This record gives sequence, C-alpha cells and structure tokens, in this order.
Amino acid sequence: MKKERFFIPLLLILIWQGLSSIQVIPSYKLPSPIEIILGFKDLLIVGVPPGNLLHNHMLYSLYRVGLGYAIAALLAIPLGLLMGWSAGLLRMVRPLFELVRPIPPLAWIPIAILWFGIGIKSAAFIIFLGAFFPILLNTISGVLSIPPILIEAARTLHAKEKDIFLKVLLPGAVPSIFVGMRIGIGIGWMTLVAAEFTGVKEGYGLGYMIMTARDIQRPDEILAGMLVIGVIGLLIDIGLRATESKTIKWQ
Amino acid sequence: MGLDFLELSKTFLGKGPGESVHVLENIQHRIETGRFVSIIGPSGCGKTTLLRIIAGLEKASAGKVLLDGEELVQGSEAVGLVFQEYALFPWRTTLQNIEMGLEIKGVDREKRRSIAMEYIKMFNLSGFENRYPRELSGGMKQRVAIARTLVMNPRVVLMDEPFGSLDSQTRNGLQEFVLRIWERRGDTILFVTHNVDEAVFLSDQIVVLSKRPARLTKIFEVGLPRPRDRTSQECNQIRRDVLKVLSE
Repeated sequence: MKKERFFIPLLLILIWQGLSSIQVIPSYKLPSPIEIILGFKDLLIVGVPPGNLLHNHMLYSLYRVGLGYAIAALLAIPLGLLMGWSAGLLRMVRPLFELVRPIPPLAWIPIAILWFGIGIKSAAFIIFLGAFFPILLNTISGVLSIPPILIEAARTLHAKEKDIFLKVLLPGAVPSIFVGMRIGIGIGWMTLVAAEFTGVKEGYGLGYMIMTARDIQRPDEILAGMLVIGVIGLLIDIGLRATESKTIKWQ
Repeated sequence: MGLDFLELSKTFLGKGPGESVHVLENIQHRIETGRFVSIIGPSGCGKTTLLRIIAGLEKASAGKVLLDGEELVQGSEAVGLVFQEYALFPWRTTLQNIEMGLEIKGVDREKRRSIAMEYIKMFNLSGFENRYPRELSGGMKQRVAIARTLVMNPRVVLMDEPFGSLDSQTRNGLQEFVLRIWERRGDTILFVTHNVDEAVFLSDQIVVLSKRPARLTKIFEVGLPRPRDRTSQECNQIRRDVLKVLSE
C-alpha cells in the first residue's frame, strides 16, 4: 500500500527528466529534476544573492511568520472565547469584522508599508491579518458548538464565570481552535512569501530569495526555493496535526 | 426541617401575546429531610422545570423554595443536580469529571484526588479513572454523573429522569445502587421520572403532577419496607393507584 503512493509521482519525475535530457523541455523555462537538485545545493552553499544562504532565508521567514502568527493567536483566541460567550459582544463587533475580513491580507501591504515601513513589522502585520480571522472565527464557532447543558452542569457545580470560561468554554472550543490555527498558519505562510516579494530590508526571506533568483535568471533555484517553501508549509501542518491529536484525545 | 415549595409558579414569557407558556401552577409542598421523593407526571408537564428552579438554573415567576426555612439562593451549595443526558465534560476523564466541583471549590490537588478516588471505588468505576466519557457505557456515564454531584455533599440531590435512556436491566441495577448509597448517606433525594414502576420501587413518597400547567394532584406515601420486590402484591397495588390518578 505505502509504496503505491510514490508510483505516479516517481513516474512523472522520470518522464520529466527524460524529456529534459532530450531537450524537449527547454531548461531555461523548466529545469530538469537533476538541475533543481543542483540548484538546491547552490541555495545551501552559495546562496542567493551569493553569501545569503538558504538556512538564513528560512530563519527570517519563520521568524516573520512566527511573530505575526503568535500575536494573531494570542489575540484571536481570548477574543473569540469572549465573542462566543457574549451574544451582545458578538452582535456589536461582528459587523466590523465582516467588513474587514474580506479584504485580502495582501491588499494591506501598501498601508502596512506606510505605517510600519519595509521590514519585520509590516511583514508580521500582514501575517497577523491572514491568521487572525480564521483563528477568531473558528474559536467563536467552537464556543457556540458547546452544548449549553455542559455550562449548566458546571453551574450546578457552583462554577463562577471565570471557571466556566477556563474549564468549559476553553477546553470545549479547543478542537475548533486547532482547526482555526491550522487554517491560519496556512494562510499566514502563503501570505508571507507574497509579502516578501515587495521587498525586505534585511536581505533575507524565502519569498525574497526566489524573486532574487528570478532577477539573476536561475529557474533551478526558483523551483528549488518553491519546493522548500512547500515542504516547510507541510512540516508546520504535520507538527500542528500531531499536537492536535495529542491534545484532544477525548474526541 | 426540609424542602418547602411555597406557591411556586412558572411562566415562560413568549414574544407575543398567547405565546407565553404557563408551566407550573401554585405548587405547595414540603419534603422532609432525608426522604426519597419521586415526582411523576405526564411528559412535558413541568417536572424538569421544577427541578431547574430548585437547582437555580431557572427563576420562579412567583413563590419561593425554602431549605430548612431559608430561601434557596442561586448556586447554593446545598443542592446538586443529576441530568438525564449525563452532561459529562467530554474532555475530562472519569476522575477529572468527578473532581470538577472540588476543583472549582479550590480544594487542593491531592485532597480532591483522594476524595474522587473514594467515589470511584464506591461507584464501581475502578479501572476506568482515566477513560473519557465516550469510552464509557450509558450506565457508567450516569454513575460518573451521580458521583460528580454527590462528591459535593449536597443536602438535596435532584435527579432528572437519570435512568431514562438506559436499558431496563442497567436501570434496575442503578436503582438498587442509588438506594444503597442513599441509605448510607441520608440525603434528601428528589427524583423526577415518568416511570411509575421506578417511582414505586424507589420512593418514600410519590408526588403526582397534572399536565401543563402542572398542579399537585395527589401524594402517595409508599410505606413498604426495603428492599422491595417489584412484583409484589403491595407494589402492584400502589402502581395501580398511581396509574389511575395519572390517567384521570
């Protein structure tokens, strides 16, 4: 069973390599798999631009995402719990969110640059916007999905508002919060790369790296960089899934 | 000493005229401390509402409830409620569910663990301490729910059709179990059911309510010694009498 999953991808890569070798696919448009691997090696040891090595690009990108995402989660989870709990608050705040939410995070880039300049702050702000709403909305729906009888059961055990918040709403909403966090990091990661296209002050970042590779006509490095971006996104998701299934054994 | 209902009435207000629902009508009764009292009546008559008012989950529209002469305040520690649907916290294990009330009360970790373990033994839940509710059978879930309530040592235990969704064998077993625990502890139990059989087997007194708006129609004293034989002549006689009042 396990082996079957690799069959079709491997076959496609072989055909691709074959077509590249007999020069049906021009290498300056789509480098062959072997060239991409060599490009990856160059990213690792030569760097784009030369000297700026892959692992540093990765660290800067992860730092930007980590910062924006952490702020988004720290604000969205408590706020979502409050909004799910208080119908009044939800009614008051929702129109504002409904208005802001459909604006794509990338549309904020110009104003973000105006507010924060080019640099870590505006990148983190864009990530924040991308991750905030999915986490918020999923937290709210998580709270709303808790059967009211559980809140009553807590009340008959003499729970105060604080206890209901921490011992019923929060644990009850956790599965939904995880869904939001996974969607949020996905959007955040996608947004980051685009945000870095507009320029970074530090000269590091995966989005910046592949744009620079285009400037110097290195499609092999562009594609290797894209794969790195994809793999990191996948690893983050796997990590979150693992935490999720550990945290919510009860489901 | 006991639990007094003083002219209790409850109306749920609807949005428009004619949409209000009159549920309880002038319920006046005294339940002596330490008695096992069942409340029986047609379904939807307001039995549950009565329990919810005593438990502080609902406010009476008129009248009040006194416990040992003092008005029951909302969230009183003297009252515990067992729900028909168990209402266990699905993210908490058996042990953690039983500990919930003690945790809220601020009992320290070791103390509450040892108290909860006592109840786990008493309720034959040993070996299932670390299981989540979804891994338990209906009968076990209800034992956890009862333990979770009793661990708080309420003076009045309210039970809202606690065995309503169990099969008859499990139900009979739990009835006997609850009686044993009650005989040992001497709490006042107010037990809502629509099962006449169950009421006769368990109770010292059976209170019959009419259909909505619920009025108190009749009170039966069940003076039979325990353990009772469900199929005995005496039980059958009382059952017939209760059923007759219910069908009127």
